[in-house]
Amino acid sequence: MTTATITPPAVPEAIESYTVTLMIRRFNPEVDAEPHWQDFDVELYATDRVLDALHKIKWEQDGTLSFRRSCAHGICGSDAMRINGRNRLACKTLIKDLDITKPVYVEAIKGLPLEKDLIVDMEPFFESFKAVQPFLVSQQAPKDGKERIQTVAQRERFDDTTKCILCAACTSSCPVFWTDGQYFGPAAIVNAHRFIFDSRDDNAAVRLDILNDEEGVWRCRTTFNCTEACPRGIQVTQAIAEVKQAMMRGKP
Amino acid sequence: MPQQTAGTPTYQQKTTSRRPAGTLYRGREGMWSWVLHRITGVAIFFFLLVHILDTALVRVSPEAYNAVIGQYQTPIMGLGETALVAAIVFHAFNGIRIILIDFWNAKYQKVMFYVVIGLWVVTMLAFVPRHLTNVFNH
Repeated sequence: MTTATITPPAVPEAIESYTVTLMIRRFNPEVDAEPHWQDFDVELYATDRVLDALHKIKWEQDGTLSFRRSCAHGICGSDAMRINGRNRLACKTLIKDLDITKPVYVEAIKGLPLEKDLIVDMEPFFESFKAVQPFLVSQQAPKDGKERIQTVAQRERFDDTTKCILCAACTSSCPVFWTDGQYFGPAAIVNAHRFIFDSRDDNAAVRLDILNDEEGVWRCRTTFNCTEACPRGIQVTQAIAEVKQAMMRGKP
Repeated sequence: MPQQTAGTPTYQQKTTSRRPAGTLYRGREGMWSWVLHRITGVAIFFFLLVHILDTALVRVSPEAYNAVIGQYQTPIMGLGETALVAAIVFHAFNGIRIILIDFWNAKYQKVMFYVVIGLWVVTMLAFVPRHLTNVFNH
């Protein structure tokens, strides 16, 4: 009994960690004329995210590394960046899903003015968002003075486009937006779609008119980069196609 | 995190890569179909431009027209015609794909892209051998 049942002490198994090389496109407007790549080696677990890698660099290696992040859990939409050539949220990209035998390339999103390292000026992006009136406009008072009632099917109609977190991953993945910064961009159209197809809203015609512009939905060339980039899985190109169709019908 | 791994990451000061430009955006089927559509579209435009000019030449002088058309019979032009047909066939099939995306359903865009490639391959397999025999045997 004494010998047979001896079990090894419960030592938690050491979790394997990996040295991951990150190539980060750095830019300091006070010193650099051009952005340049800098590499960092970071010790990470498979379950760590790219955001954890950036934190380790900033906290342990180089405090000057600048990037935006707020909630760090895929809701605030602050840390959209180009990871290995694709727009992703750093907080939703796990190390185990990347090929760490090669360096992981991290750079700022494209098409918006670069301010520092991974930070871009989001103002043009939000200007387009504001321009489509992303708020409920209703001419009639709610029935019995309380709620504006909607059926399940009516709510379902625009459910996909309510998920947007305004991270700009879609807009800055769009080849049209890269070359023509005046284009409203996928995110603004998604947020217009959210209200155009809302049965409680009365301003669809105005929004369709705004987007029936030279720089509106007709700029879309259906490259589907936005749909691939969206961290919320919104079918962005489909939403844009639906807005195009609404425009041709003249009503949602 | 074990102390020995946390404490000493290899720290490199300003090891600047020689590649200052950003990486190429790694779009998927949709982006590459658009790139091909644009390239073939521009190529077809320039062909049409030249084609209108050489056809208009017959109004200037039939001899000059014949001389120019005679140049088109060379094998190099024959290969160029192959490229032209390849571009037009892709542009045509992908154009149908884009119409279907806009008016039918965007969900099947990837499948449709491979269907376009498949139809393109089939069309070219039917065209190229026959065309090249004509070009190099006559």
